[in-house]
Amino acid sequence: MTFSLFNRLDNWARNLSPFALTLLMLIIGTMPLHLPYFVPLGTGLAMISVYYWAIHRPGLLPAPAVFAIGLIGDLMGAAPLGVGTLLLLLVYAIALSQRRLFFGQPFLVVWWGFMMTGAGAMSLGWILSSIVGGGALDPRPTIFAYLMTLALYPALGDLFARAQRSFLRSA
Amino acid sequence: MKLRGGSALRLASAKAWLHRGTFALLVGAAFALMVLGKADTPLIERARVTVVDALSPIMEGLARPIASVRQLYENARDFWSLREQNATLKAEQERLLQWQGVARQLQAENDALRDLLKLVPEPNATFVTARVVADNGGAFVRTLLVTAGLREGVRKGSAAMTGEGLVGRVAEVGEHSARVLLLSDINSRIPVAIERTRDQAIMAGDNSDNPRLLYLPHGIALVPGDRIVTSTAGGAFPPGLPIGIVRSIDDGVATVQLFVEWDRLEYLRLVDYKLPGVLQSGAGKLQ
Repeated sequence: MTFSLFNRLDNWARNLSPFALTLLMLIIGTMPLHLPYFVPLGTGLAMISVYYWAIHRPGLLPAPAVFAIGLIGDLMGAAPLGVGTLLLLLVYAIALSQRRLFFGQPFLVVWWGFMMTGAGAMSLGWILSSIVGGGALDPRPTIFAYLMTLALYPALGDLFARAQRSFLRSA
Repeated sequence: MKLRGGSALRLASAKAWLHRGTFALLVGAAFALMVLGKADTPLIERARVTVVDALSPIMEGLARPIASVRQLYENARDFWSLREQNATLKAEQERLLQWQGVARQLQAENDALRDLLKLVPEPNATFVTARVVADNGGAFVRTLLVTAGLREGVRKGSAAMTGEGLVGRVAEVGEHSARVLLLSDINSRIPVAIERTRDQAIMAGDNSDNPRLLYLPHGIALVPGDRIVTSTAGGAFPPGLPIGIVRSIDDGVATVQLFVEWDRLEYLRLVDYKLPGVLQSGAGKLQ
């Protein structure tokens, strides 16, 4: 009885890991690292995580969970309220609908998919933030954040793949 | 068998519809949030404060090791340039001693003149120093989270400063955290004055590192390098807090080079000047 309860708890915790990792990415992305030329990437890092899990384990990161993460990020101030939430939902929807195209493909194809999805999401984010802010934002920080997110994808993708192998092998 | 396959298919398509419905609902909710955020309701503010208060201990815990690694690196770097720094500091100290004399003389003169004019004394400012735990200086917004809130005496509208000058103002205060809206955020509008001419303007952020000056008086001859300081208009800040210098003037649009170094913000001084600013609703009742 206790064993099965522990089993269930263990399973539950493992299944929660995509959500927890995405939330962790969001928090790490807003931390002041004080590195020269580095801009905080709160929503960007969460975007990588959402893209990865939508392709590899969409069942463990349902749309309401993505919404919750986006909302927490927006309330923390990573993006104007609602904008970050919408971007994450958009990335999720694109990745999920093109899942068959990307699943089991070589890494470069998946990365290329993220390049396209991210470009669309960041442009939309720029447009929406400008509308909400009531004036055109300087596009340079957005482009810079996009390029940096793109550059971080291989490292984080690898990290998530490792996490998937070690936590979710049996699940 | 055929029937069962058909019902399974129907069930699957019903599930897909349900998924699509949920998704549409969530997208709709995101748009609703945008409108709500724009309306700046107290409900949203309370939600922000709650989330930030809940997450700030985690962020502080994560930020500490990073800060110590950075400290180690800076110590090592400083060690190599000790001799050079010593010489520079000695020269600077001599120069500052001279300025100290001048400042004392001016203070005495100022006191005497205030006495003559029977000027109403300004209330004393209070301040707290807080660690920066989250930096959202990213693609779409420019805000910081710091680890001091109502409990430490931070008030909405307090000025956020570093040794170099003004950084922004406190936009929201939680129990033990606060959110600082930086001067470079698109929502930031600060009344400023050009120190040389005492002309007033509004400094507006656009998410770049160099905010613009709006509503400059006609016929004013700005020169790159002119110092920009706060002005008392709107009652948000005391006069004369350093902000930056005029960087360039193109087609009548002046941009400002801020004094603050964005990538070195570790601690902020949150100063409450006890001004009845436009930001503090009900400030009169509190005092």
